[in-house]
Amino acid sequence: MPESFLTIADKSFSSRLIVGSGKYLTNELMVQALEASGAEMITVAVRRVNLSDRATESLLDYIDTSRYFLLPNTAGCYSADDAVRAARLGREAGLSNWVKLEVIGDEKTLFPDNEALLEATGVLVKEGFVVLPYTNDDPIMCRKLEDAGAAAVMPLGAPIGSGLGIQNPNNIQIIKAASSVPVIVDAGVGTASDAAIAMELGVDGVLMNTGIAGSDNPVEMAEAMKLSVKAGRLAYLAGRIPRKMYATASSPIDGVVGT
Amino acid sequence: MLNGETYKTDGPLTIGRLLCHLDIDRRRVAVEHNMNVVKKTNYDSTIVNGGDAIEVVNFVGGG
Repeated sequence: MPESFLTIADKSFSSRLIVGSGKYLTNELMVQALEASGAEMITVAVRRVNLSDRATESLLDYIDTSRYFLLPNTAGCYSADDAVRAARLGREAGLSNWVKLEVIGDEKTLFPDNEALLEATGVLVKEGFVVLPYTNDDPIMCRKLEDAGAAAVMPLGAPIGSGLGIQNPNNIQIIKAASSVPVIVDAGVGTASDAAIAMELGVDGVLMNTGIAGSDNPVEMAEAMKLSVKAGRLAYLAGRIPRKMYATASSPIDGVVGT
Repeated sequence: MLNGETYKTDGPLTIGRLLCHLDIDRRRVAVEHNMNVVKKTNYDSTIVNGGDAIEVVNFVGGG
């Protein structure tokens, strides 16, 4: 069933859910949650090695890279130059040319700096990267990113870690209608219904981290997200009924006893 | 400078030797030498001199 695959650039994934590896209380809990999520693509951050405490375990001791595809991010970068630098390091550390490109414009909202994001996208595409930019839910910005060579566009549903759900479903639908690259809703999902709503809008996938890692039971929430992404996709493909103001009876109106 | 802090060595050495001194598995990291990423295949031929800036990074959990 090819429809069930998420294809970005030259890779296909059987899960439309992409999950982050941050904020887990323990690495063991992260491993269980990754497993329960059914995701095949996992985001990771690039940071300085802790030289004062070499006993710190490496994330890669826990993530089976033969099973999961790692997507390095440029989180924490506030300029195009820093993001490009982080992307190049991530490529060398992971030996893949994919990057989840973030250029943050503001500490409080973590909203993207659009101009810098576009600039960094252009630079990295020219260097052969498969660029997946985290962007705001602006159809014009998404068009510019696609024109610059982005392999997918990843509009936010709501601010990172906010759990507010899809704040502007209409924009997400407009972005999907206008894009010829995959659209991944990235950030803002707080619970399973948020993920289902995103998928029902017709997007190609959902990326989340805090919604799972920050829940009381990340393993159960990861499974809930897996199911909701599938449910939302199926519902989108099945085609929902139109919204109507008044009731339409489900049972036959003829033959009611007593009439 | 190593990861933003002063680091003393006994003289010039290769990236490969530096990682060995630091007890770092070279397969798990990426190294930047004076703002340029060093390919893993060049670790043993790239010389670090006094005053150079080295960054050694790895993957950590992130979203």
